[in-house]
Amino acid sequence: MASNPLPADKNTGALQAKEYTTLNLGPTHPATHGIFQNVLKMDGELIVSAEPTIGYIHRAFEKLAERRPFNQITPITDRLNYCSSPINNMGWHMTVEKLAGIEIPKRVQYLRVIIMELARIADHIICNSVIGVDSGAMTGFLYVFQWREFIYEIYEELCGARLTTNIGRIGGLERDFSAKAWEKIHHLLKEFPEGLREFENLLVRNRIFMDRTIQCGPISAERALAYSFTGPNLRAAGVDYDVRVMSPYSSYEDFDFMIPLGTNGDTYDRFMVREREMWESLSIIRQAIEKLDKLDDKTTYHAEVPEFYLPPKDEVYNTMEGLIWHFKIVMGETSIPKGEVYHCVEGGNGELGYYLISDGGRTPYRLHMRRPCFIYYQAYPEMIKGSMLSDAILTMSSMNVIAGELDA
Amino acid sequence: MEFIIVKFVLVLIVFLVSLGIAAYSTYAERKIAAFLQDRVGPDRAGPFGLLQPIADGVKMFMKEEIIPTNADKGLFILGPSIMMMTACMTGVVIPWGDTLFINGTEYAVQITDVNIGILYIFGVVSIGVYGIMIGGWASNNKYSLMGAIRASSQMISYELAMGLSIIALIMTTGTLSIREIVEQQQGFHWNVFIQPLGFLLFIICAFAECNRTPFDLPECETELVGGYHTEYSSMKLGFYLFAEYINMFISSAIIASLYFGGYNFPFIDQLGLSHNMLTLLGTLIFFGKIFFFIFFFMWVRWTIPRFRYDQLMHLGWRIMIPLALVNILLTAGVVLWKNGQLFN
Repeated sequence: MASNPLPADKNTGALQAKEYTTLNLGPTHPATHGIFQNVLKMDGELIVSAEPTIGYIHRAFEKLAERRPFNQITPITDRLNYCSSPINNMGWHMTVEKLAGIEIPKRVQYLRVIIMELARIADHIICNSVIGVDSGAMTGFLYVFQWREFIYEIYEELCGARLTTNIGRIGGLERDFSAKAWEKIHHLLKEFPEGLREFENLLVRNRIFMDRTIQCGPISAERALAYSFTGPNLRAAGVDYDVRVMSPYSSYEDFDFMIPLGTNGDTYDRFMVREREMWESLSIIRQAIEKLDKLDDKTTYHAEVPEFYLPPKDEVYNTMEGLIWHFKIVMGETSIPKGEVYHCVEGGNGELGYYLISDGGRTPYRLHMRRPCFIYYQAYPEMIKGSMLSDAILTMSSMNVIAGELDA
Repeated sequence: MEFIIVKFVLVLIVFLVSLGIAAYSTYAERKIAAFLQDRVGPDRAGPFGLLQPIADGVKMFMKEEIIPTNADKGLFILGPSIMMMTACMTGVVIPWGDTLFINGTEYAVQITDVNIGILYIFGVVSIGVYGIMIGGWASNNKYSLMGAIRASSQMISYELAMGLSIIALIMTTGTLSIREIVEQQQGFHWNVFIQPLGFLLFIICAFAECNRTPFDLPECETELVGGYHTEYSSMKLGFYLFAEYINMFISSAIIASLYFGGYNFPFIDQLGLSHNMLTLLGTLIFFGKIFFFIFFFMWVRWTIPRFRYDQLMHLGWRIMIPLALVNILLTAGVVLWKNGQLFN
């Protein structure tokens, strides 16, 4: 909160009548990092009230999903939180696998964990460095951004794409990690800690940065839970809820890692929670590599599910059976059981859930995506009320509201 | 007549040098930022991108000039003009070097040695605030207005602390003429050793006066889009940006003259060079000092975040001004004690 609150009436507590300014923060403002609007009522530099407007890039994903076969929904999930597309992709695959009751081999689960943790690092790099940019420190942003670039190169090696990855398939990965991909992952594990440390040196104990972010846009654990916050934003408020631990998926129960917690739920805590999570993610990747080395299985990269997993091209071109399966999968004519299923993963900025109802047809009967940003953004007016414009901007970037996920 | 010609030539030189250095400061800023951020920086226009400032200037001139419909047209044009004019005016009283003997006549390497040089600079710099205020107001845009309000309150508050920090310096030097202050720092008797606290306050205020990070609130692009020059385009925007770089150059020159001996350097007497050579060498050294401070300005900008508005005011009024007052008291005490007037 700002140090000088609004003059309030002593008896009623109501704000005294004043002439306020209306300021349109967005839809295209450099600080929104996406397209969403905030109509701020301002008293000089102080925010009296805020009214967020969303829907500028609404693409009706949930409705689109009702017309698409299951494997064609993956590209849609790319465009939710586009800073960590692989987690969205994996979450979706796991949802369908849960519905169809597909058992995934251990090795694939560990490979998925590596990809998801890489994505988490990339996501947190963006969020944290953008907090720096929004507070005026551009340099740290570029120190870590080259590492996000490197993670994108790893994605490129794994799936061919960089931003909208469409990585993996229902039942596994579309290809095994190449030798070059492993080389790059090892390079990242070796060199990235230094870059991250350099970034932390610039900001973590920087007096100006601390003054700017501590007590900036705070939210209490109660309010955060009431809004059903999840992810780093909830953990910054001091609630140790992490989907990876509470309802483990993809063998996260095999890993040993900490859930960093904050106390105040302010921008600094959110920043620090993300910062610590990057270190934990690195440790998880290292553990995953160790576990992969211990496994006897060195080649499996998908489950044996001919209904969902495209047969190898050789079979498609040369066998009748292969061609039929290929055709059926591509056209979305595979049989899927009736039922409803909810599966959630710990996304880059919170619990990303897919609530899927299937009537046994070729497309979902209904798919709801639980997008954490949509929930955070509802708390935004409350969090910035009475603070200054600069705080509002830092709060927004520290909540990691991604327009693609907000509007879906 | 000769007097006028000499002065005219000097004015022209100082003006052109200021513009040239300001232009190449933009290049330096980008190159230094690139260096600090592990990037390459501009390298397309000419060798090492050295023609970049010229390309930027041409671009600025060729851009469409937009004056918003609801803007006050006269004031909208006046804003950047004032800014540019005041930026160029400050270079007049700075002693760029000692004297040169040409054909037996002595010429000072300075346009004019006003005996209230420091006051002149303060006066002119304060007018610069109007450039920002008028520009922000005339744009008829809320972001511009907020930027202008931030800029004016920031510059006015920090001018106070700056003035107070200078008072302590004037107590020790006993003169307001910048040339005399520089001459007193002959050799290595730099004022920074006499007035370390004053120097610290002065350089912080100089950052605030130039609207540089961590005091770049008036134009912080992540909050106020472009700050007071949001609505400006073409060369009017160029004027604002250019004026900022000239201000940075002049600030560096003032810091170098007031606290770092101006054109003086250690062992100046032991080189055994002719007077003219020493003057030229001194001028070069002076520019070296200026470039160091310009680099320092940029170094700080690309390292630390910016303050929040209330923190800025807090720093200005509750820390800088009291410290400056303490500095004045301390200096006064020491000056009296040295004169034997204390405890008498």
